[in-house]
Amino acid sequence: MSDKLTIALSKGRIYKETLPLLKQAGIEPVDDPETSRKLILDTNQDNVKLVIIRATDVPTYVQYGAADVGVAGKDVLMEHGGEGLYEPVDLKIAKCKLMTAGIKGQPAPNGRLRIATKFVNSARAFYAKQGKQVEIIKLYGSMELAPIVKLADYIVDLVDTGNTLKANGLEPLEHICDVSSRLVINKAAMKMKHKSIQALIDSFAAAVK
Amino acid sequence: MNKETWLLPEGIEEVLPPQAEYLEGIRRALLDLYHSYGYELVIPPFIEYLESLLTGTGDDLDLKTFKLTDQLNGRMMGVRADMTPQVARIDAHQLGRETPTRLCYMGTVLHTRAEGFDASRAPLQIGLELYGHKGSESDVEVFQLMVATLSACGVEDVYYDLGHVGIYRGLVKQAGLDVQQESQLFDALQRKAKPEIKEMLSDWSLDSKVNDMLLALADLNGDDVIDKAGTVLAAASDEVKAAIQELSDIAEAIKARIPGISLHYDLAELRGYHYHTGVVFAAFVQDKGSAIAQGGRYDGIGEVFGNARPATGFSSDLKTLLAFNTDTVVQKPGIFAPNEQDAALQSAITAARENGERVIVELPGQVGDAKAMQCDRRFIAEKGKWVIKPV
Repeated sequence: MSDKLTIALSKGRIYKETLPLLKQAGIEPVDDPETSRKLILDTNQDNVKLVIIRATDVPTYVQYGAADVGVAGKDVLMEHGGEGLYEPVDLKIAKCKLMTAGIKGQPAPNGRLRIATKFVNSARAFYAKQGKQVEIIKLYGSMELAPIVKLADYIVDLVDTGNTLKANGLEPLEHICDVSSRLVINKAAMKMKHKSIQALIDSFAAAVK
Repeated sequence: MNKETWLLPEGIEEVLPPQAEYLEGIRRALLDLYHSYGYELVIPPFIEYLESLLTGTGDDLDLKTFKLTDQLNGRMMGVRADMTPQVARIDAHQLGRETPTRLCYMGTVLHTRAEGFDASRAPLQIGLELYGHKGSESDVEVFQLMVATLSACGVEDVYYDLGHVGIYRGLVKQAGLDVQQESQLFDALQRKAKPEIKEMLSDWSLDSKVNDMLLALADLNGDDVIDKAGTVLAAASDEVKAAIQELSDIAEAIKARIPGISLHYDLAELRGYHYHTGVVFAAFVQDKGSAIAQGGRYDGIGEVFGNARPATGFSSDLKTLLAFNTDTVVQKPGIFAPNEQDAALQSAITAARENGERVIVELPGQVGDAKAMQCDRRFIAEKGKWVIKPV
């Protein structure tokens, strides 16, 4: 492994659950992102660096080659479109579901639905497949609030335990897809740093099985 | 008045001095290089009717093309987003030759959307096409010129990637996939999304041998995959095997022609799958997320224009290549001359210009001296003669 390798990860759940996989591949970060303010973390291998960024930025960093590889949720990838990326391994970590949700027990409204979500593309595609034209309202967080204050009829969001929905009087409705994190790779890096990246892919794939 | 009237549209840029002159120099050098291989220059129109502009190309090019209505007859016109189909039309219809035809071209194309985050929407496309010969020899010649183009532009440490769309196409045929399945698989394969591919294939319950071969395709990349492909795709149809053999022949010929070149393969690389028919190749460099030059074989493109010809070629964006020039581009210093109607001075200036010098005439009352006008010498009258002296 002589090629320089930059790995993009997001803080929190993905970072924590990727660590064991990295360890299997012989990569261990020197600093902890939760306590360190550094955005670029050194690892025990001189040529491997970790960059810690927002989850939604991971595909962008990797697509444009600012990072060679990254770990991104399928939700983020679907929203991004996956252009310019390879996603060869399902890491089966950070699992959850992308679902629609609405106020518990409330009948479906007539006319065009208003959907609040940060997953604009996935939501539009999901409803289009059902033959429904919907009005999408892009929000950046606290989606659960939207139906309560009548900003939207339904929301499209990630559901893990469903506790946040329940606490706000909502219930999950339709299942859009299962979400887990993928190893994503820049197309040019896959070619130019083939040996190191293939080794990483193999190691991750083996660790997941 | 709007204070930002100077703003250019997104992805539209201009080339300023001294880079513009440098670019022009490179352009000339490249066209001379192609000329020396027998490639004839063509200048296709900037705009033409959509039907001919989008012939034989995929949806991607349609979406990339700026369109407007011809006010004379209401037909749709498109501003070219790629010159290749235009050159193919010229070969098939305008020239209509039977002999092999080598054409090169250079011009601005327009894209509705930039291809990458730092990509231009108005690239300066430069490229060449070889029509009328089906063998791998012409692919090798085109590839060799792509390598020469990059080296003329000072691009170093280039990674060359080869593939062959016939392999995937043959396997799809062998598997008997329908159009929708094929496009679904194509999409997943472009992302090498193995988990998705696996799921898809098992849903379709294909023959297990074909299933395994399609799944293996996502892994067939690197520098030693041709031999591996022979084993992994042993149960493939003759069509697939012929494609692998052709790819191998081309790679060997390139290696013989360009000693020391490092070639790599990606058998699942299907860039331009909708119009390519054989070998495809691309050039990559470090720290650039996408290919800087690409090409391949696309036989039969001239069919709608009345002359289906085998074709192969490559193209690149000259502005992208220009960025690889590491020398600082500086304007060659000139000679400053006084503005006098003296016949001796005028003939001295003419002589200097014919010698390749830049002679800049001082304008009456102008701001700035010789130095400010990028001159390191000036014309001075000495003993009734005009001589050039350093500033």
